[in-house]
Amino acid sequence: MRFSQSALNHVYGWLLLTPAAILLIAFTHYPTAATLWQSFFSTGTALRPAAFVGLDNYLFMLEDDVFWTVVRNNVIFAAGTIPVSIAIAFLMAIWVNGKLPLRGLARMSYFTPTILPMIAVANIWLFFYSPDIGLLDQVLGAFGLPGHNWLGDPDTVLGCIIVLAIWKEAGFFMIFYLAALQSVPPDLEEAAKLEGASRWYFFRRVTFPLLMPTTLFVMINAVINSFKLVDQLFILTKGGPDNASSLLLYYIYEVAFSFFDQAYAATLTVVLLAALAIIAIGQFVILDKRIHYR
Amino acid sequence: MSGKRTFSLTDGIETGAAWLLAFLWLLPLLYAFWSAFHPSEYATRFDLFAPLTLDNFRTAWSRAPFARYFVNTFMLVTSILIAQFVLCTLAAYAFARFRFWGRDVAFALVLVQLMIMPEVLIVENYRTMSHLGLVDSILGIGLPYMASAFGIFLLRQTFKTIPKELEEAARVEGCGMLQVLWKVYVPLAKPTYVAYGLVSVSYHWNNFLWPLVITNSVTTRPLTVGLAIFGAPESGVDWSIITAGTLLAVAPLLAAFLLFQRQFVQSFMHAGIK
Repeated sequence: MRFSQSALNHVYGWLLLTPAAILLIAFTHYPTAATLWQSFFSTGTALRPAAFVGLDNYLFMLEDDVFWTVVRNNVIFAAGTIPVSIAIAFLMAIWVNGKLPLRGLARMSYFTPTILPMIAVANIWLFFYSPDIGLLDQVLGAFGLPGHNWLGDPDTVLGCIIVLAIWKEAGFFMIFYLAALQSVPPDLEEAAKLEGASRWYFFRRVTFPLLMPTTLFVMINAVINSFKLVDQLFILTKGGPDNASSLLLYYIYEVAFSFFDQAYAATLTVVLLAALAIIAIGQFVILDKRIHYR
Repeated sequence: MSGKRTFSLTDGIETGAAWLLAFLWLLPLLYAFWSAFHPSEYATRFDLFAPLTLDNFRTAWSRAPFARYFVNTFMLVTSILIAQFVLCTLAAYAFARFRFWGRDVAFALVLVQLMIMPEVLIVENYRTMSHLGLVDSILGIGLPYMASAFGIFLLRQTFKTIPKELEEAARVEGCGMLQVLWKVYVPLAKPTYVAYGLVSVSYHWNNFLWPLVITNSVTTRPLTVGLAIFGAPESGVDWSIITAGTLLAVAPLLAAFLLFQRQFVQSFMHAGIK
C-alpha cells in the first residue's frame, strides 16, 4: 500500500511537470544546444545546403571588427550602467523609506520608467537628444553653449544610451532595496542614535552591510540586463553611427534578420550564452561563499 | 546637543535632491504630455498659454491601426498569462509536494531559463516557429514564454509554505490530487498570483525584440512593434503625433499603474524577494 503510494508520486510528479517541461525543452534547452550545433555549420542557401565547417565561423568572428566593437561597447555599456543605476537605486530607496515629504509621489516618479515600454520611452528620449531643437540642446543653449548632434557623434552616442538605461532601470532596482530596508529592524537605528552614532556612520556600518545580499542580487540582474537591453537601439540609433552604439544582442539580430547569416548569428549567440553561463557560475560561487559565512 | 537642529540643513539638501531626481525621472513623461496635448508649433517651445488640443491623438489614431494593435497586445498578454498560470501551477505543485525521480535535476534545468531568456535565443526559436508554421501568429509570440521558470519558482516557494495538514484534511474529505491543488493551494497562493500576474502583464505589454522578429503583419503585431514602425523617421510624422501615439500605446498600463500604484510596487517587491 505504502509502496504503491510512493510509486504513484513519481507518476503524478512527472505528469504535472510534463506540459511545462515540453515547452521549456522546446524553447530553452533545445535551442541552446541547437545554437551550439549550428555554429559549426555554414549558412545553407537554396543552391548550397549547410555544410560542416568546424571552427570557421569562430575564426571569422575573431577577424570581424564589428564583433570586437560590439563587445567593447557592451562592456562599456555594462560598466557605465550598472554601478550608477545601483547607486541611484540605493539613494532612491533610502529617500522613499525615510521621512521625505510626499514620498508616495516620489516613489511613483522613480518607479514609472519601469512599467513603460522601452520602445515608447525611446521615442520621447529621441526628442531630448535631437540636435538644436531637442531639450538637451535647448537647456545648453540657455547657458550659451552650442548644440551638439548627440546621437550622431560616435563619441557621445554610447553615453546617451547609458543615461537612458540608467533612467529606465534605477526605479526597478530601488524596489529591491526598499523591500530590504523595510526588513531592517527600526530599533537598530534607535540604538545607534542613543549611542550617538552619526547617520553616515550608521549607514556605513549597519545599513550598507545589511543590504549587501540585495546589492549582489541586483547586480546579477543588472549584468543580465546589460546583455538583454537593446530595444532602445531600434528607435534611437539602429546601432550607429558606424556601430558605435551597437550591442551584442542587437548585432545578433542584424546578422540573423538583416544579413540572413544564420550560422554566424548562432556563433555570436554562443558567445552571449557563454557570458550568461559565466554569470550563472559566478552567482553560484558568490552565493556559496555567503552561506559559508553564516 | 539637539540632533534635530544640526540635521535640518542636510535634511533640506537631501529633500531637494530627492525631488530634483523625481522631477528628472518624470520629465520624459511630462514632456510627452506637453507635446501630445498642444499643436505641433509648440512641440519644442514651452509657453504656458499654448492652446490645448486633442488633434494629435486623432491624427495618430487614424495614421496607424492602433485599434488592431491593442487587440493583438490584449490577446497576447491574456493568452500568455492564462497559460503561465496553468503550466506554472502544475509544475510548481509537482516540485513543492511530490518526490519523484530526477526532481532536483529537473528543477535545476527549469532554473536555466532564468539566465537564458527567450530573447537570447531568437535565431533558433525563429527556426523552430517556422517549422511549426507559427511565424506571424499571436501563439508564436507567446509560446516561448508560457512555461516560465520565474513563475514556477515563485509558486513553488509559496506552495511550500502551505501546511501539509491542510492537504491531508482535504484528502480525507475525498479530494483527488487536482481538487486539492484547486481548492487548497490555489486560493491560498492568491497574493503570489496577483504579484506574478502584474509582473507578467507589464513585461509582455512592453516586450519588443521577439515580437518584432516573429511578426510581419498588422493582424499580429503588438503595440510595441506597431509603435516602432509608427515612430520611424521614414514615416514622416512629427513630434506631437509621435508622442500622442506613444501615450496611446502606454495609456492602459500607465492608468492601471497610477490607480493601483501600491499594488504594483508591492507586487514587484513580492516577486523580487522570493
